[in-house]
Amino acid sequence: MISKPIVSLEGVTKTYGNFTALHATDLSVGEGEFVTLLGPSGCGKTTTLRLVGGFERASAGRVVISGEDVTSRPPYLRPVNTVFQDYALFPHMSVSQNIAYGLSVKSNNVPRAEQAARVAEALELVGLEGMADRRPEELSGGQRQRVAMARAVVRRPRVLLLDEPLSALDVKLREGMQVELKRLHRELGITFIMVTHDQTEALALSDRIVVMNKGRIAQIGSPTELYDNPSTPYVADFIGAANLLDAAPAGPDGGFTMYRLGDTLIRSAQKPSLALASGAMLGIRPERLLVSGSEVANRLSFTIKEVLFHGDRLKLELMMRGVDKPIFAELARTVLASSQTETGSHLDLYVEPSDILVFTGGHAG
Amino acid sequence: MTVDRRSLPGFAALFSLPLAWVILLLIVPYGIMISVSFWTRQFPLFYPDFQFGNFAQLFSDPQYTTVILRTLKIAALVTAGSLLLGYPLAYFLAFTVRPGSLRNLLYMSVIVPLWVSYLLRAYTWKIILGTDGALNSLLVSLGIIHAPLDIFLYNQTAMVITLVYIFVPFMVMPLYTVLDNIPKRLIEASEDLGVGPFMTFIQVILPLSLGGVIAGSTMTFCLAFGDFVAPVLVGGPDGTMVANLLQTQFGAALNWPLGSALATLVLILVLVLLQISSRLDRAGRINMT
Amino acid sequence: MQSLRWWQKGLVGVSLGVLAFLYLPIAMLILFSFNDSKVTSFPLSGFTLHWYEAFLANEGMLRALWNSLVVAVCATLVSLVVGVTAALALDRYDFPGKRLFQNAILLPLSLPGLVTGIAMLNFYKQIGIPQSLTAVVIGHATALLGVVVSQVMARLAKLNRRQLEASADLGATPVETFRRVTLPSIRSSVIGSALLCFTLSFDEIPVTYFLTGREVTLPIYIYSTLRRGITPEINAVGSLIVAASFILIILSVTLLRDRR
Repeated sequence: MISKPIVSLEGVTKTYGNFTALHATDLSVGEGEFVTLLGPSGCGKTTTLRLVGGFERASAGRVVISGEDVTSRPPYLRPVNTVFQDYALFPHMSVSQNIAYGLSVKSNNVPRAEQAARVAEALELVGLEGMADRRPEELSGGQRQRVAMARAVVRRPRVLLLDEPLSALDVKLREGMQVELKRLHRELGITFIMVTHDQTEALALSDRIVVMNKGRIAQIGSPTELYDNPSTPYVADFIGAANLLDAAPAGPDGGFTMYRLGDTLIRSAQKPSLALASGAMLGIRPERLLVSGSEVANRLSFTIKEVLFHGDRLKLELMMRGVDKPIFAELARTVLASSQTETGSHLDLYVEPSDILVFTGGHAG
Repeated sequence: MTVDRRSLPGFAALFSLPLAWVILLLIVPYGIMISVSFWTRQFPLFYPDFQFGNFAQLFSDPQYTTVILRTLKIAALVTAGSLLLGYPLAYFLAFTVRPGSLRNLLYMSVIVPLWVSYLLRAYTWKIILGTDGALNSLLVSLGIIHAPLDIFLYNQTAMVITLVYIFVPFMVMPLYTVLDNIPKRLIEASEDLGVGPFMTFIQVILPLSLGGVIAGSTMTFCLAFGDFVAPVLVGGPDGTMVANLLQTQFGAALNWPLGSALATLVLILVLVLLQISSRLDRAGRINMT
Repeated sequence: MQSLRWWQKGLVGVSLGVLAFLYLPIAMLILFSFNDSKVTSFPLSGFTLHWYEAFLANEGMLRALWNSLVVAVCATLVSLVVGVTAALALDRYDFPGKRLFQNAILLPLSLPGLVTGIAMLNFYKQIGIPQSLTAVVIGHATALLGVVVSQVMARLAKLNRRQLEASADLGATPVETFRRVTLPSIRSSVIGSALLCFTLSFDEIPVTYFLTGREVTLPIYIYSTLRRGITPEINAVGSLIVAASFILIILSVTLLRDRR
């Protein structure tokens, strides 16, 4: 499934005193892949990236890059380059000096003429022709971001590490840069490993997403895999959104497994053989609650508690009999008449058995 | 980062020179000075010993206690004087002067005298206050007095004036820094709540600037306490300060153990003051964001 | 401009008064350095350059001036080398005794100079460094370490650590990173503390007083002359020192304008 791995973490652990930032972790990233490390702050994603970059040293385990064990090598001896979160441009150097920096160091002393050519090439790649003599302070946030990219890729690294590369930009600019990142990845053909806490960014850009939580990998998979088959409630809630509800198993019924949610019996597409006797948690994505459904769809009866207007969509806060938590649904505005969306009125919605996410066993992770 | 086995070589490469330098040339000398303060003198030589006679002498002999008390008094007066002159100036700079460039220029002009020789600044008061100095001759030529007066120079007032003159920038610097950091909207908020300028000053600005007052006062007091040039130049017969006494013990009186004891006393006093000051500062520090 | 209230007028008055108080004596010094009279009194008795000529003819004083320059330059250089390395180590590493070390370095700045001078005198006598200009250089360099360390550390604390990581990430060894990223960033604080060290050393009396031998520095020379009485020659030297100080200040302000 992965092409030849270029970066491998083997049982890598990072501790600071008594605190474990990263529990023994295995991860392989293939050549040319765009992999995103996703999770809330403190989940260990940045630590993982910094271990690959060489800014942190592993407390245990091995870091292998293109077949070489680099665990104890300092950053300047690793074939990777980093785009830093706040760009970390050198303020006392011009744009072109910043970009040429990595070509002029002793370990990689490129002839002057070639330096100039490669800097020009890098500037063109990120669309900053004509900015060569500016100083970082004279650039906008988006331009600084591009300089940081150019500075990192000009050395032609095997792997590009991106630490929250878009977090300092405003929303509009961020969307534009996402397209830009995707294009760069395709044009350069090298491996990108990106850290982000923004799930839309991860979903939009990545070949694979590594969801992390509390210093551990929660799940690895393609965006669709993670969205359709999250392995834990945590992942279900972090990738997209999900109503997470405690339910009791109610045995098999035909090809379905039944669960009792409040007063309602829910049909899930889970194989009966996998069902456990103990409690389970059901996940229902708000956008999978629909006004109509197939003949096997679950029909759920709600009372509308609150309606939030989201442009072309409505977000509904609903109460279900016997369930003490509100359930959220997101519906296109056109599918409901305005009389149907008054606070306090009743509303029936459908959800297909295959859209019921079932989590058994440990709920936390 | 904490020094561990991995970072030790880099740390050692950087730090061994400064560490050796500071231990050998700074900490050990202070240590030796303290140990000499316990020695005995048997004229004209000194013998290693461990006895508190030198300290006892400093606290019992009125010759020394008078000087110590006088120095404390002068230093306190200088501190008060500097605060009295420095606070309004710092306040003026921080809150009244617009625009920023003028404010920077004026602030610089407070600091600039610090760069001009300290000895010269003390000396100027000798030529101003002397019997045939500028002040006397000016008063005579203006016909205000008929003959030069000798009341200006060679007394404690002259010393206090001179020392205030020398050290007032040390008071203004921390005061200005603190006052300048007080968000202007706090004052606006206070006035918006119906509090007048004076009460705003008492209730808002003064408490928030206490850190600067403490820092400036500590600095000024320590510097004034250890001064020995002003007493020599403008002080009179009753102007001897601790530093002059120290000088004598290592010069004419040739009593190093006693001198070391006095120096140790000064060291302890300064350390205690700095400690109190940083405690007060920490206790009173308010995060102004 | 709004009309000022009485207390604001008072504030302006006091402030201008204090500023005048700071500069009047210096003006006096310069004024009398050109006054053709042996005594510093009004009314002025005419313009002369005699006191400047006298200074230039005074070999003892010129020699003292030279000594002062040599001492200040040497002490500043030593202080920079020791101080900058100390600041780098203190900024980057945590180790037991760090606070103690920092406090020790800063102590000579708040302690009366005489106490430091005495401590050094005691010690130098015992390890056999004779009283000399060399002893003065060592003494000044040590006493002024705190100036360098505190200023450079303050600047290092503001330095974005990611820039150092970026440099390493781009293939620069630690030495290259120091030369090409750290040093340019702390440049202003290094120059600033160097100028301050130079001025303080040039001006220093109490430590010098104990450590110097037969050769004296300018402040010591002036100090011992003053104890004997006033000569207007001192006004001339003083005015020159004031002029030199102003040049240094202007120099430092121009050099320190951070290009960021």
